[in-house]
Amino acid sequence: MGAYVVRRLIQGVPILLGVTLITFLLLNVFGGDPVLARLGKSATHDDIAALQAEFGLDQSLPIQYLRYLREIASLDFGASFVTREPVMQLIALRVGPSLSITAPALFLTTLLSITLGMISAFHRGRLLDRGVVVGAVLGMSVSFLVYIVAGQYFVAFRGGLFEIYGYDSSLLGRWKYLYLPILIQVVVGVGYDVRFYRSVMVNEVSKQYVTTAFAKGLSSRQVMWKHMLRNAMIPIITRVMIAVPFLVTGSLLIEAFFGIPGLGQQMLSALNEQDYPVIKALTFLISSLFILANILTDVLYAWADPRVRLH
Amino acid sequence: MPGSWIDGRALRKLRRDRMAMFSFFVIALYALIALLVRLHFFEAIGAYHDRPIVTEEQQVAYYTDPAAESWQHWLGTDRQGRSILVRAIYSINVAISVGLVTGIIAVTVGTIVGSMAGYFGGRVDDAVVWLYSTIESIPYLLLLLVLSYSAASVFGPGITTVYLAFGATFWVGPCRVIRGEVLKIRGEEYVQAARALGLSRRRILLRHIIPNVAHLVFVYFSLTFIGAIKSEVILSFLNLGVQNQPSWGVMIDQSRAELAIDFYWQIGAATAFMFVLVLAFNIFTDALQDAVDPTAVR
Repeated sequence: MGAYVVRRLIQGVPILLGVTLITFLLLNVFGGDPVLARLGKSATHDDIAALQAEFGLDQSLPIQYLRYLREIASLDFGASFVTREPVMQLIALRVGPSLSITAPALFLTTLLSITLGMISAFHRGRLLDRGVVVGAVLGMSVSFLVYIVAGQYFVAFRGGLFEIYGYDSSLLGRWKYLYLPILIQVVVGVGYDVRFYRSVMVNEVSKQYVTTAFAKGLSSRQVMWKHMLRNAMIPIITRVMIAVPFLVTGSLLIEAFFGIPGLGQQMLSALNEQDYPVIKALTFLISSLFILANILTDVLYAWADPRVRLH
Repeated sequence: MPGSWIDGRALRKLRRDRMAMFSFFVIALYALIALLVRLHFFEAIGAYHDRPIVTEEQQVAYYTDPAAESWQHWLGTDRQGRSILVRAIYSINVAISVGLVTGIIAVTVGTIVGSMAGYFGGRVDDAVVWLYSTIESIPYLLLLLVLSYSAASVFGPGITTVYLAFGATFWVGPCRVIRGEVLKIRGEEYVQAARALGLSRRRILLRHIIPNVAHLVFVYFSLTFIGAIKSEVILSFLNLGVQNQPSWGVMIDQSRAELAIDFYWQIGAATAFMFVLVLAFNIFTDALQDAVDPTAVR
């Protein structure tokens, strides 16, 4: 297992190098000029030269790229072009709010989707199952934006059930602002996930171990939550683990609409203001998480199914 | 086997599916309207014109609720006095164009690159797998936004930028799947036979391999189409999408301010128009997937 993980980590290096190359090309080579964006049209040559030197943009492109790699190696991405704060500090501050929405949302979405998927599979072809499938397709066909705008307007503004906008950084005070964003995420997520879990469970429900379990006299609840869940673990792990690295980034649109100071909003403003150090740091960190999550997924496969051998 | 672009049986199965055929009809209707917009049909009948922006005080006065006086007023007008129905119809052009162009780019690039990687193996395969693994590890929306910003700084914001950013993002899915499928079929007897006959690699790829993964090509074209339409709405909403022409994303963006004065028609129209198209596509894609997949469980 240890050797397997090490080998997979080493295989991740060229992919991460690729990520740095793509971000560098897109930002430093093809991106706009962050110096001009900051100083405007009336800037003097001296101002421009000074800011370019401060941002390290006066160097040749290969040197700039090597600097970027050095930043990665030391995990110090320098200072934001906008606030001049250290990038890592900026990111650390904003992970919390993002995770406060995405982590509960993923948990609830998965739980709800698996439950609905199982019930649907048990009642395959009947009214309940049809309702779930049709509901999922209808739900998938509405734009994410509409869920947010309509949710904010009808539920929070008209209905007065939740806060419309804002955030409180205290651990307990934040939730009253987060209920609605989480709810919206879950509603959107279930539409996509329930179809997936339903087809997984439809596959399981016709297998012989289910018949055996029922023949032994187990209740359908036991069959569902003990036997089928355990046997369907591989696709469940796959589905959940793909979402895990992106928990950190939060939802860009939800954060923007509800005024939640998370990483999604940070990313959007960094893109708008050409704050390259922030974009580079975020891209690198999320891609690293993605690769780590992939390795963890395989390790979890071996845990869930003893037949899986890692080599 | 050679030359069988899509299975006759799959096609018959699809044709018998009433929901799928109805969805296909809806999609075709949207495409026809997009074509009419493209041919300036609505300008010709005097229904579409961009009015200059009026002052703040006047703007609110311009909102009108639906009225029966003429078809252009059926869904009311926005704060600049423009027909919401006409704007929603006009947005179809952007949606269909973006879906179509993105679908064509993504599927063409994905099929060519993916089947070459799967068939040739070795270094070509390593390079392709590296490239798509790299792109996949960047969050999709982040990549799309960075690409859009960079393309916008080179070409200026507009529909070309959208095409470029979407094409560069969406080819990865079909590429990965088609590579996997080609890897599976390259050892099949009919491919071996073609090789034994001394056919060129290009001919084997084009005449024997690609036709046998064609069903995946169609499914992915459809999936990309939906993905592109939905992403375009988000991009337009962030002001990175199309400029100076109506799009459902632009309409939803405008409607945020309107909701505060209880004016729902703009967001309602954009949502409904988009919903019908995406729903039709979702149903059609499902049916397509079932038709080409013999093991599908329903």
